[in-house]
Amino acid sequence: MTAAIPPTSDEQLDHLQPTGWLRYFSFSLDHKVIGLQYLVCGFIFYLIGGLLGGAIRIELASPMSDFMARDVYNQVLTLHGTVMIFLWIVPVVNGAFGNYLIPFYVGARDMAFPRLNAVAFWMIPPAGLMLISSYFITGAAQSGWTAYPPLSITTPAAGQILWILSVLFLGGSSIFGGINFIATILKLRRPGLKLMQLPMYCWAMLGTSILVVLSTPVLAGTLILLSFDIVVHTGFFNPGLGGNAVVYQHLFWFYSHPAVYIMVLPAFGLVSEILPAHCRKPLFGYTTMVYSIMTIVVLGLVVWAHHMFTSGTPPWMRLFFTIATSFIAVPTGIKFFNWLATLWGGRISLNSAVLFSCGFIVNFVFGGITGVMLAQVPFDIHVHDTYFVVAHFHYVVYGGSVFVIFAAIYHWYPKITGRMLNEHLGRFHFLITFIGFNLCFAPQHWLGLNGMPRRVAEYDPQFTFINQLSSAGALLMALSTLPFLWNVVQSAINGPIAGDNPWKALTPEWLTSSPPPVENWTGEAPLVTEPYGYGVTEEQFQKTATNNSDRRSSDQ
Amino acid sequence: MSIPSIIRILLLGIILVLGGLWIGQNVNLLPVDASLNAAVYDELFRVLFSIGTILFLGILGLVLFSLIKFRRRPGQQGDGLALEGNLSLEVFWTAVPAVVVLFIGLYSFDIYDRMGGMVPLNHGAHDHQQMDMQQNIWGGIGANVEVSNTDNALAALPVEVTALQYAFLFHYPKGDIISGELHVPKGQLVSLRLEAKDVIHAFWVPEFRIKQDVIPGQPTVLNFTATKTGRYSIVCAELCGPYHGSMRSAVVVDEADDYNTWFSNNAKTTVSEA
Repeated sequence: MTAAIPPTSDEQLDHLQPTGWLRYFSFSLDHKVIGLQYLVCGFIFYLIGGLLGGAIRIELASPMSDFMARDVYNQVLTLHGTVMIFLWIVPVVNGAFGNYLIPFYVGARDMAFPRLNAVAFWMIPPAGLMLISSYFITGAAQSGWTAYPPLSITTPAAGQILWILSVLFLGGSSIFGGINFIATILKLRRPGLKLMQLPMYCWAMLGTSILVVLSTPVLAGTLILLSFDIVVHTGFFNPGLGGNAVVYQHLFWFYSHPAVYIMVLPAFGLVSEILPAHCRKPLFGYTTMVYSIMTIVVLGLVVWAHHMFTSGTPPWMRLFFTIATSFIAVPTGIKFFNWLATLWGGRISLNSAVLFSCGFIVNFVFGGITGVMLAQVPFDIHVHDTYFVVAHFHYVVYGGSVFVIFAAIYHWYPKITGRMLNEHLGRFHFLITFIGFNLCFAPQHWLGLNGMPRRVAEYDPQFTFINQLSSAGALLMALSTLPFLWNVVQSAINGPIAGDNPWKALTPEWLTSSPPPVENWTGEAPLVTEPYGYGVTEEQFQKTATNNSDRRSSDQ
Repeated sequence: MSIPSIIRILLLGIILVLGGLWIGQNVNLLPVDASLNAAVYDELFRVLFSIGTILFLGILGLVLFSLIKFRRRPGQQGDGLALEGNLSLEVFWTAVPAVVVLFIGLYSFDIYDRMGGMVPLNHGAHDHQQMDMQQNIWGGIGANVEVSNTDNALAALPVEVTALQYAFLFHYPKGDIISGELHVPKGQLVSLRLEAKDVIHAFWVPEFRIKQDVIPGQPTVLNFTATKTGRYSIVCAELCGPYHGSMRSAVVVDEADDYNTWFSNNAKTTVSEA
């Protein structure tokens, strides 16, 4: 919002690239600038959310509530959840990589609505600042990122209202982005480029954007009703005034379950771009991948009540939502088996991007298995609202989405900056992130099974050791960002020059210079009909294997 | 593919399945089971844990194997195999998970039925005279858990649970007792009717494997039969304010005689049945 020196539209027409670092603080209409704005802004909020998470783990290192006041603890956990979801993962997997990559993938020079795109980004920093500053001004919201009434109606109103306002802004930004992606993918494709020739990330973003556009308005409406309950004492969700507290949960989860897919479907898409390029193999099962994305979109809209198995839900509803939820495992499973098949028989470079992608596969499979367990009503009744659930969703959104964000940064950094990252530091970053993450969250499954509820500042002394183990893992995760930050900053200044296509990848963004010019191509956009046309025939494959006197890889 | 490698894969698969089953059946991650529900729950847990272990170890093994075996060696040029898909494989890994998931879903519903969860909430066993049925029951694990095993447990023991920041109150309509702790006799079906005064709380006894939200304005029901004497924590599992973490109570499971002593010591009205 600061230095508004917009590159005016006639400058755009003159192909004059606004240069210098100031353009990243401007109302730029260039999709690549906006993508980077999303990425860097999101990462700053990731660091803030990480500090908040660290504060939670410090509090939980001892069974007493001794590190911060109890109401502050509730503010911290509310902010941690809100920041990580609405200011880090959703904007980065959608906004950052979507804006950077989608115009390349459809062969366009920019997004369909560049100005709307810039508006969508510039809604995020003020919303984020408002959310964070609410802690210092009035005290932040205390009712968790779910803001269930009547708790959210009875806790201090100012913080809750600021929370609602900032989530409304962020939801609006997300809707603008979603509309833009749908329009770009469907209407801005280069002539001759068919839908089924698009790179998989386009399909993931198309599915995600449909979810965003269908479900985010429901959250917005719900939060507006909630704010009426708080400010003018209407009784939509207030049982004291004849309202219904459970209706809020239905409306909230109608958005917030699809929100999980809004966070992981783009990650699925990014992995589908990264793996083929580094395995030197076509993406296995393109068509089934597309259909599974669309099946996940449809199923994702009809599973919300599995978050409410212990609320006031009648038996038939529990039956329906268990079956619907369990069946999401089928299209998701197809995608994972397809990635495994993409790895099989490849020439895999074991670089940081691949390691983070495979870390994602392992973590997400784990989170998916606990997800199918949680979908079963009788199982869920015991562990609902416990640390088992906390562990499960961190495996999905951190082990899943955040690992993919790191993989994507390692993969596209050479394109974005024109320089290579340090691979040794990258692999070290992967190693401590992977160990730290699993040390932090795997033990929490046991905590939940054995009686530790979530969102507590104090717990039974018998859980002390496991909680300290988990806190040690969190410390490792915090430390793991240091080599990453050093790598990213250091390499931008004097990393080795990458060249246009260091991975010899076939997707369109690699067919222009690094970093790409304004409007992406100096000439006409290339027509890429086979974005995954890697690989050699079986005879050639056998021959190269024996030529390199490696007998082990020839006997499969 | 030569025959030995098929046998090798088969052997690996068998070891994987047997190993997963062994881990699932023998690694116990759960606390002591102290209700009829808990034993049923643990059965489901072992099945899910076995299937999950097999799947996870299998996929982990495949990833590690691929990364090691198909890694690019120094000096190696060229691409991998141009495999774009394989219809029969894709059908296979669509159909198998679908069948597994369907099995899990049906099995867990059998379990849920045995816990008494599929009983319609507003019919049958809940019209005790103590229960004012003017208000609908909105959710919970309903009635009709088989009241066998015991002689005196002809009817469920009704208890009204009130949750408020930050305590649970237990009201026994039969003796007009109000207690801060829940006392129940071993082996008798207990039927809780739960309602909150202020915000949403949740009633959770980890050793019983049951949980039910306690909602203001919407009564819920929760039935259980304790099977082991002892003292177990009642934990509030729904964020209810700054002191949520310390909102605890206890359920005391006594032998029938001890329970009757406690009951008659505390009852305000003499109850013939007790």
